[in-house]
Amino acid sequence: MAKVTMTVNGKSVSRDVEGRTLLVQFLREKLNLTGTHVGCDTSQCGACVVHVNGEAVKSCTMFAAEAEGAEVTTIEAVENDDGSLSVVQQAFQDHHGLQCGFCTPGMVMTATALLKENPKPSEAEIRDHLEGNICRCTGYHNIVKAIMAASGQDVSSVAAE
Amino acid sequence: MPKDNGIGASTKRREDVRFLTGHGKYTDDINVLHQTYVHFLRSDVAHGKITSIDTAEAAKMPGVVRIFTGADFEGVGGLPCGWQVTDRHGEPMKEPPHPVLAQGKVRHVGEPIAAVVADTLAEARDAAEAIMVEIEDLPAAVDMKAALKDGAPKVHDELSDNLCYDWGFVEENKGAVEEAIKNAAHVTTLELVNNRLVANPMEPRVALGDYNRSDDMSTLYTTSQNPHVIRLLMGAFVLGIPEHKLRVVAPDVGGGFGTKIFHYAEEAFCTFAARQIKRPVKWTSTRSEAFMSDAHGRDHVTKIELALDKDNNFTAIRTETYANMGAYLSTFAPSVPTWLHGTLMAGNYKTPNIYVNVKAVFTNTVPVDAYRGAGRPEATFQLERVIDKAARELGVDPIALRKQNFITEFPYATPVAVEYDTGDYMATMAKLEEIADVKGFAARRAESEKNGKLRGLGINCYIEACGIAPSNLVGQLGARAGLYESATVRVNATGTISVMTGSHSHGQGHETAFPQVVAEMLGIDESMIDIVHGDTANTPMGMGTYGSRSIAVGGSAMVRATEKIINKAKKIAAHLMEASEADIELKDGAFSVAGTDKSVAWGDVTLAAYVPHNYPLEDIEPGLEETAFYDPSNFTYPSGAYCCEVEVDPETGKVTVERFAAADDFGNIINPMIVSGQVHGGIAQGIGQALLENCAYDENGQLLSASYMDYAMPRADDVPFYQVDHSCQTPCTHNPLGVKGCGEAGAIGSPPAVINAVVDALQSGGHKVTHIDMPATPSRVWAAMQG
Ligand code: FES
Ligand code: FES
Repeated sequence: MAKVTMTVNGKSVSRDVEGRTLLVQFLREKLNLTGTHVGCDTSQCGACVVHVNGEAVKSCTMFAAEAEGAEVTTIEAVENDDGSLSVVQQAFQDHHGLQCGFCTPGMVMTATALLKENPKPSEAEIRDHLEGNICRCTGYHNIVKAIMAASGQDVSSVAAE
Repeated sequence: MPKDNGIGASTKRREDVRFLTGHGKYTDDINVLHQTYVHFLRSDVAHGKITSIDTAEAAKMPGVVRIFTGADFEGVGGLPCGWQVTDRHGEPMKEPPHPVLAQGKVRHVGEPIAAVVADTLAEARDAAEAIMVEIEDLPAAVDMKAALKDGAPKVHDELSDNLCYDWGFVEENKGAVEEAIKNAAHVTTLELVNNRLVANPMEPRVALGDYNRSDDMSTLYTTSQNPHVIRLLMGAFVLGIPEHKLRVVAPDVGGGFGTKIFHYAEEAFCTFAARQIKRPVKWTSTRSEAFMSDAHGRDHVTKIELALDKDNNFTAIRTETYANMGAYLSTFAPSVPTWLHGTLMAGNYKTPNIYVNVKAVFTNTVPVDAYRGAGRPEATFQLERVIDKAARELGVDPIALRKQNFITEFPYATPVAVEYDTGDYMATMAKLEEIADVKGFAARRAESEKNGKLRGLGINCYIEACGIAPSNLVGQLGARAGLYESATVRVNATGTISVMTGSHSHGQGHETAFPQVVAEMLGIDESMIDIVHGDTANTPMGMGTYGSRSIAVGGSAMVRATEKIINKAKKIAAHLMEASEADIELKDGAFSVAGTDKSVAWGDVTLAAYVPHNYPLEDIEPGLEETAFYDPSNFTYPSGAYCCEVEVDPETGKVTVERFAAADDFGNIINPMIVSGQVHGGIAQGIGQALLENCAYDENGQLLSASYMDYAMPRADDVPFYQVDHSCQTPCTHNPLGVKGCGEAGAIGSPPAVINAVVDALQSGGHKVTHIDMPATPSRVWAAMQG
């Protein structure tokens, strides 16, 4: 056991962890931030994506100890300061970009990071960027559409209902 | 103007807010004080005799609370099968025992042998590694046809062979079908494989068993589509816990697709072990574990023959299918290749003679059961593939051949024992041709060819049977359950409403769509209504969600209960307005007396029901709460036409889906946005089956695809935007909402469209390919092109 300290959602936290504790376990089990999900054991589904120092990271690929001193943001802290949904979150609701919700935190974290980097991604760029995030429910249609809408693009020509 | 409230409105989903902010409550998010963790030691061989299990060293490891093996379960029931199929000769299927933990033998990779319960998961895993298990390897039965040969290794020693049943449907049709095939002008034959799949909801299964000594109460939190079914099966058949001492909770569930219908060993284990050690026991599946312990889907090997007369009218269909059951019968496994498959073999066509034969086979593989569509995709795939092949052999347009043979009059009784109530297959096909821009295909093909690519267009139709019912009929067919649904509508004093339903939402948006129905009936705002589901402690006994049944069956129960509410509320309103009950009308949330301007608001009536000062106590009870159980009189029959356009790279064999269109007839629609989403998801799963996904075993029964490294899930860049349309609506005639159900259509309708398109593309390039098995991977397509 060793102590790790990091800033999670703006608050400094310290906990004793085993060397093998993954960041996702640290978030879920030590901090009860259960919005970050685990959908696989081979780093391929993206249900666990969080932001570490502003970058989208699969929190199952990283030991908690490696996040020592880092700024970590999880899905629980994505909403606006007034508690309203962020632009990306709101677009996911408006365009029905989620069904069971299990992949959703990872999708929102990935999309939020993408739009920071590339404020007007094309459909192809979005699909390419979502390579590491699996959704079994939506067929991706409304996720891609929501991300386009969140970036201010007109999605009225994209088939809807 | 689109509606913004009630039936037909695309109301945004209220459940989204909690999921988007990380506040969903999935089973793994639940932890109970003093909780322990279980790790299952699973078989790494497909077939073998367990000669010894030594847990002595492991038991001494840090944190270990207790280790369980098959011996601990000798007095406990096995996992029950919920459907008994009767074979062609009137004999019941073979039904070998299905132990919670292996008893003497292991029969598939992943079968649990021992379970280590410890204070932490890491300790449980570490200790499991110290268990010494000796297994004497036995040859494995893997390939279905080989498994039926004399001398094949037997999965179950006590059975005479590996044949679970040999089912004929309809047995009396057999002679007429043979005759029609003999006299046909043309017979098209196709042999194909419907590939084995793993459902892969993104949330892996979880079970958390808790036991409270003070009231002898067991609680199971589990990732289930049907908590009441689990309570009944596990309580009555496995553990012998009376229902009032057993509560099953399925909270937010991260997708199901069928695989979370079934009662699994891990659920029974956690409930049982918690009672033994008097502490909660939690199991969270890893994805790798899911691949070897979740029931798989599909896995049929089929030969189909389609007979046509000289005018290209279909005269007969004969199919022979080998259906893999895996090593044990999962909960509803026997029904999938039979009643959910054979009854759909008529498709959208008026073929007078049909005979279906299915041989269900035990193999040393993970049990196979329902996966999105369950039997209906297998029926649709073979039928729509063989029709396409026939059109090509005869040199006729595949759309025209279909139209010529469409059923056009309803109700229509098929030769495979079902009666379609409504449909308009010409309309959905016409709509499809429009939204898919079939006319523009030639130009798009020319463009692709300019870029050195082959382009193909594939069309198909489908018919689905949803909301399987009625209970007395399915009972005759072998179901060991009823297939009704329940709802309790509880009106509160101030007029708000809680609806307790036996349906379960795991992505379908019931919390949004169900209130739309009640709001429409009462003329009040949707926001006044909440749905309660997923907990046996606070919902009436219900059968859960699968088979696209929630709105057709669960929604109907809700309508019936709401009708009872309206009837009683009218009595109260009549009393309040001193009018005759027969004159009371309910509109826009107010009761009025016909022909007068007298009216009372909904809230006044509900308040009177709970504060019955001015109330007809001599005639009616106080309160406003009603329950209904709804048992449908027939299936519902959604139908549609799908179109896929692919490009094939002749250099690599890689297939890309360029366009996909779906025209569905779901009858009336409650929330069009949610319906479209269901179709999108189904299409992606169908494209996954057709091009990417394959659950593979080697000849020794080793599972080759046991993670996302080797099981190809469809990703965002594997699929295009879809054109979906559900404006063709022929309402169901026998349920109160006129709804048909939409959950599985996409997965049923899409695989043949994709493969028809691939074959079309290859033929356009001069390749003499008539069929390609799923998944049409680049290597398969490339090999097919080489001749
Ligand atoms: S849990 Fe991290 S990628 Fe799947
Ligand atoms: S919404 Fe269920 S996995 Fe994406």
